[in-house]
Amino acid sequence: MGDYLLLAWTWARASAQYRTSFAVSILSSFAINALDAVAIGIVFTHVTTLGGFSLREVMFLYGTGGVSFAVADMLFGNVERLSQHIRAGTFDTMLIRPVSPFVQMAADGFGAHRIGRLAQAVIVLGLSLPVVPWSRAWMVPVMIVCGVVIFTAVFTLGAALQFVLVDAPELANAFTYGGVTLTQYPLSVYGDQLVRGVTYIVPLAFVNWQPALYVLGRPDPFGLPGWLRFAAPLAALLLSAVAALAWRAGIRRYRSTGN
Amino acid sequence: MIETMSLGRDFKVRGVVVPAVHDLTFGVAAGEFVGCLGPNGAGKSTTIKMLTGILTPTRGRALVAGLDPARQRKALARRIGVVFGQRTTLWWDLPLRDSFELVRLLYKVDRNRFGTRLAELTEVLELGPFLKTPVRQLSLGQRMRGDITAALLHDPEVLVLDEPTIGLDVVAKAEVRSFLARLNADRGTTVLLTTHDLGDVERLCRRVLLIDHGRLAFDGSVAELRALVPGQESIEDVVAHLYLSSTRAAPRTPRRTPDADPPTVTA
Repeated sequence: MGDYLLLAWTWARASAQYRTSFAVSILSSFAINALDAVAIGIVFTHVTTLGGFSLREVMFLYGTGGVSFAVADMLFGNVERLSQHIRAGTFDTMLIRPVSPFVQMAADGFGAHRIGRLAQAVIVLGLSLPVVPWSRAWMVPVMIVCGVVIFTAVFTLGAALQFVLVDAPELANAFTYGGVTLTQYPLSVYGDQLVRGVTYIVPLAFVNWQPALYVLGRPDPFGLPGWLRFAAPLAALLLSAVAALAWRAGIRRYRSTGN
Repeated sequence: MIETMSLGRDFKVRGVVVPAVHDLTFGVAAGEFVGCLGPNGAGKSTTIKMLTGILTPTRGRALVAGLDPARQRKALARRIGVVFGQRTTLWWDLPLRDSFELVRLLYKVDRNRFGTRLAELTEVLELGPFLKTPVRQLSLGQRMRGDITAALLHDPEVLVLDEPTIGLDVVAKAEVRSFLARLNADRGTTVLLTTHDLGDVERLCRRVLLIDHGRLAFDGSVAELRALVPGQESIEDVVAHLYLSSTRAAPRTPRRTPDADPPTVTA
């Protein structure tokens, strides 16, 4: 943890030397994500509910999923660059340092530009908060933390996969960026099989969908057991354990480059 | 200080298991200066990578400074220094001085000790003129001196160098060699290096390990190596002779990735 902050700070200082590119990258990342949110607004000019959820409720799902993803991406999204580091040989360098290569990779090139996505998600979440009853507000920070852990685990799994498939980092993207898009809409707009998959196999449903059913006081449209609404910490823990094992197995199989 | 017991590592190449290193057993005592020779793809780098914790062995085991490299990688990192001739361990975009500061933070070297050590190394390796230059703008010789400094800031007991003189001009080569010799003599640092440059071996190494086809083909002094092929004038000829005879004896297994280094056997 201390190592992470130290490295991140050093990188942030180095990247602050390029002020223009810094401002441009924050703005562009904010704008791209803002357009994404506007798209939902446009959908609601044609319908009053989406999968049975009102605009504010959809914004709540979008905001919680978005904040979780943005925080995970900001702190650990860089581990997805593993295959680049392997090919460039910089991963070897990380392995000879007395700090976990995972932390070194996560902090590598850290800069404040990673805040753009987070700012947009926080705004959407803030606007949606009136739908949250006071008595159930405690769940909001819990679900965001669990969401961060789940997305971080997904990033880690994607990276671990690259130890085997050095040439296929895009495959991991399907789960990370595909995952965040999935969580930004009510799962009730998707099919039954997909929802079971993201509940029991890749537990993305626990990022926001299941806990949000509790917060919003909704019955589960798919009729899954009620205790699942409180299972986000369990899902986060299990997925992290799987991710940690996969990462270790990946390091053991690591082949380095030619010389 | 370094010990390997039947150390081996396989690579899977298109479904076929190829042993890159096989049944390697040797020991290096504290304070020794050992050179590791071998043709391209013989398994030198794979061995070095197993000793530094980068690669996990498939068979056997290794102990460096009393630690298992793959399992105790972080603890080992504080005790050894590693230099790769083919690539830098420094941060491409940061000035050399900032790279060193980052190394200090990573290794948690005390600020005073760091200051003293850096001052010493700056003087001996003449880093002064380019301490503020970003690493990507350094010449190869400057970069190598920077890399060696970075590997020594935490005062390691063992220094492992993978082709440290590759691509350096005559002057830079001589500087690096005399520095390594002094480091070994004055501080008693154990040094293990791989090289294709037989000048390195003749000037520096009291002991030579010859690795071929992933196996230890020779372990002894330079004089003994020379005696192996009587009638050959230079050490280059001796080694070229040995490489050739081993190639004839057994066909070379195709390597996963060809080494990028130039064949310097006859250089």
